[in-house]
Amino acid sequence: MITRKDVEHVALLGRLELSEEEKQVYTEQLANILEHASVLNELDTKDVPPLTHVLPLQNVFREDIVGEHLEPETVLARAPEREARYFRVPRLV
Amino acid sequence: MDLCYTPAHELSRLLREKTISAAELAEAVFGRIDAVDEKVRAYLLLMREEATAQARAVDRALAAGEELPPLAGIPVGIKDNLCINGFETTCASKILKGFVPPYDATVIESLKQQRAVFTGKTNMDEFAMGSSTENSGFFPTANPWDLERVPGGSSGGSAAAVAAGEAVMALGSDTGGSIRQPAAFCGVVGLKPTYGRVSRYGLVAFASSLDQIGPITRDVRDCALLMGVIAGHDPKDSTSVPQGVPDYTSALVADIKGFRIGVPREYTGEGIAPEVRAVFDQAIEVLTGLGATVEETSLPHTKYALPAYYLIAPAEASSNLARYDGVEYGLREPAEDVVASYKKTRSRGFGPEVKRRIMLGTYALSAGYYEAYYLKALKIRTLIKRDFDAAFERFDLLLSPTAPTPAFKIGEKVADPLAMYLSDICTLAVNLASLPALSVPGGFAGHLPVGIQFIGPPFAEERLLRAAYAFEQETGWVSKRPAL
Repeated sequence: MITRKDVEHVALLGRLELSEEEKQVYTEQLANILEHASVLNELDTKDVPPLTHVLPLQNVFREDIVGEHLEPETVLARAPEREARYFRVPRLV
Repeated sequence: MDLCYTPAHELSRLLREKTISAAELAEAVFGRIDAVDEKVRAYLLLMREEATAQARAVDRALAAGEELPPLAGIPVGIKDNLCINGFETTCASKILKGFVPPYDATVIESLKQQRAVFTGKTNMDEFAMGSSTENSGFFPTANPWDLERVPGGSSGGSAAAVAAGEAVMALGSDTGGSIRQPAAFCGVVGLKPTYGRVSRYGLVAFASSLDQIGPITRDVRDCALLMGVIAGHDPKDSTSVPQGVPDYTSALVADIKGFRIGVPREYTGEGIAPEVRAVFDQAIEVLTGLGATVEETSLPHTKYALPAYYLIAPAEASSNLARYDGVEYGLREPAEDVVASYKKTRSRGFGPEVKRRIMLGTYALSAGYYEAYYLKALKIRTLIKRDFDAAFERFDLLLSPTAPTPAFKIGEKVADPLAMYLSDICTLAVNLASLPALSVPGGFAGHLPVGIQFIGPPFAEERLLRAAYAFEQETGWVSKRPAL
């Protein structure tokens, strides 16, 4: 059963800041959804391989050559904050 | 003649014959937008100036006697999770407010080569997470058939725009039913192509193993036309399949004699509204009358599709949405350190459903739960695919209602996520199995349209189009339009 503590831990992992009310609501709703998902345990899947996609594709490679790319200035122009040719962020440690 | 309700293939002929001009057509569609979008609210952004210029250029080319591609001058609405160079793309999320992509999605490039005219960016559930367009971070869209009801979602703006005559055709994306369910709710045609058939370069990612781009159109011929334009291999999307693109319009033969159609009983029983069941039963009669054999079949793992989907899709979403950190683009909330800034930015920028799915997905992927939830769901996915494989050994196509109910009231399901998730029960297994499926108007429940869904094996889009075309020619439901 998912607890409020789990919700706080998962919020930190997902980099979300939740209000007290949100923590309460998500604890209930996630518990509900996960309970609904527990029906999956009815099935024995010990010998069933996982499926990520059905395409007949694996390891799509290309030549290691420089292709078309965006100009650094085009990309930096969209940054909320920049300095010279860098993205500027608040302090890390 | 009402240009706004004339299909693209017809408009294309009129443009070539110079009975109408592209500028006149664009003016008619924007006139319609001016008249009804206040009520429908299908658009987040209008591209009127650009569209007018594009239309005039098409007229000049036609006047000069140039041979133009079939979609030249056709007004197309674009879901707001597809990038158009130089125009704001928000995915209906506050976290992307003001983001202007510096490149075109590949499907947009293809439409530009056709010299199609973009009407604007259509509303959607935030990051395509939802089934009603109520999760838009900006405003909900109304169903043109009943303004108190939802248009479906997440491509609700695109479906509503086509239904309301505010676009001739539109692009949507489908991760669990997001093209087909709104198409059904709005009485238009919607196709979710096989996974890998259409390049997703420039589509903002939600759940990468499930997402596909597809057409939302007024009739089946338009669907085939638009599908032919967007399909194909793209080196920029390594999940696109290097396989030739057929001429989808040549599949439009109104003859399905001898088609073997299976109706999975899990899609017609519990949870399906009686009025939907009634329309569906009539559709079966029509198809039988056309010479198809329709038989009941079973996809035994169907009840596990919804819980498996609601672990896989949020898990992939939680990973894809980790990129919204307020560093390179989009919203940034300042804070004393970088982690605090991430948390503030994301909490302020994402709406409740997106946060719920990030929470759910992060939980399903976190240490100690990965095997119990995510891996388990991927194994169930194998079982679901095997069900379809077995069914397609006996049947050419499968048939089901597109959605369990007609369009529901705005506000009816917002407080209960599970009830909202249930509106995708007929569509999401198709995404888990990477199959193509098409929703075509099947009839009406009172004043509300009801869709039926054809499901095919991988790369059987032509077969879907042919069956839907035969059904459409026989029933003519697509010619009905809402009294707006």
